[in-house]
Amino acid sequence: MADDPLAPPAALAGDVTVPEAVAGAEPVQSVCTPIRLSYTYTPGRALSRYLRAMADRRILGERCGETGQVFVPPRGVSPLAGTTTAGVVELADTGYVDSFNITRVPIERRPDLKPPYCSAWIVLDGASVGFMGLVINIAPEEVRIGMRVRAVWKPDDELETSAANILGWEPTGEPDEVIDDYERLGRAQPAQP
Amino acid sequence: MPSEVLQAPLVLEYPFTRSTGAVIGAFLTGLREGVICGVRRADGTVLCPPLEYDPLTADPLTEMVEVGQSGEVLTWAWNGEPRPMQPFDRPFAWALIRLDGADTSMLHAVFAGGPADMSTGMRVRAVWRDEREGHIADIAGFEPDPAGHR
Repeated sequence: MADDPLAPPAALAGDVTVPEAVAGAEPVQSVCTPIRLSYTYTPGRALSRYLRAMADRRILGERCGETGQVFVPPRGVSPLAGTTTAGVVELADTGYVDSFNITRVPIERRPDLKPPYCSAWIVLDGASVGFMGLVINIAPEEVRIGMRVRAVWKPDDELETSAANILGWEPTGEPDEVIDDYERLGRAQPAQP
Repeated sequence: MPSEVLQAPLVLEYPFTRSTGAVIGAFLTGLREGVICGVRRADGTVLCPPLEYDPLTADPLTEMVEVGQSGEVLTWAWNGEPRPMQPFDRPFAWALIRLDGADTSMLHAVFAGGPADMSTGMRVRAVWRDEREGHIADIAGFEPDPAGHR
């Protein structure tokens, strides 16, 4: 075995002797070992403001005082400059698909997500960064980078202080955004070293 | 600004399914069949729960042996406020238990009335679940066994 580092060790090759009580039984080959962390989440001031606005179908970002870039969801600080944000900006509930992924494998305990479905990084009009959403009311195969989308909200009487108010993003039918120049698009870029 | 603080439950869960390999698989198969297995080292000592490799020499370990279902508490800690998914919904002890025939100890729960009923060196015996599936929780826990002896 020392000659062949790729040969499986005996313990993995199944060359294991077992007591009689075990030998005749159907062997266990896998075990479910879920890890579960249960929190009570308190969002803090910036995200609380964002979530309360969500209940009114409004999307709030925050502007970086040094670069002017707009971040959403807001965290109270600019992730680029590291400084306290300079103000709150109300964003449109329209934007474009910056990148996307089609999922074809179901997720346990998410029967609401029926494969195939498309999750996307969506850049809202007026924002400098994208955030995650589902692209709906279109076949996943037809989703493309630059596609214009608008939010599909829950009915008014179901709105809560929750990002789940946005059921997904559907195509607007407008011409696709051309993603050629981050500066022209007002997109955040990492600081140069 | 409203003074009410927003709060929401947030659960992170990873539903891992782990491949057991032959040694851990045999241990779990044993639990499902109601027996407890260890693995024998070259010097004859027995590790329970079993390991796939010798902790000193790193040699693969392959000889599974049955150990006893009673043993001795080597050390313990009282858990006065059990959390969800722990072995018991009332206060119990976590204990390192060296089963008869084994040379190492297993971490498991001891169902005792209170810390006054626990002591280092006390004898305990396994309590099995009726429905077993090949999981460490097939042993519901251990109970004091004052009359027990090797």
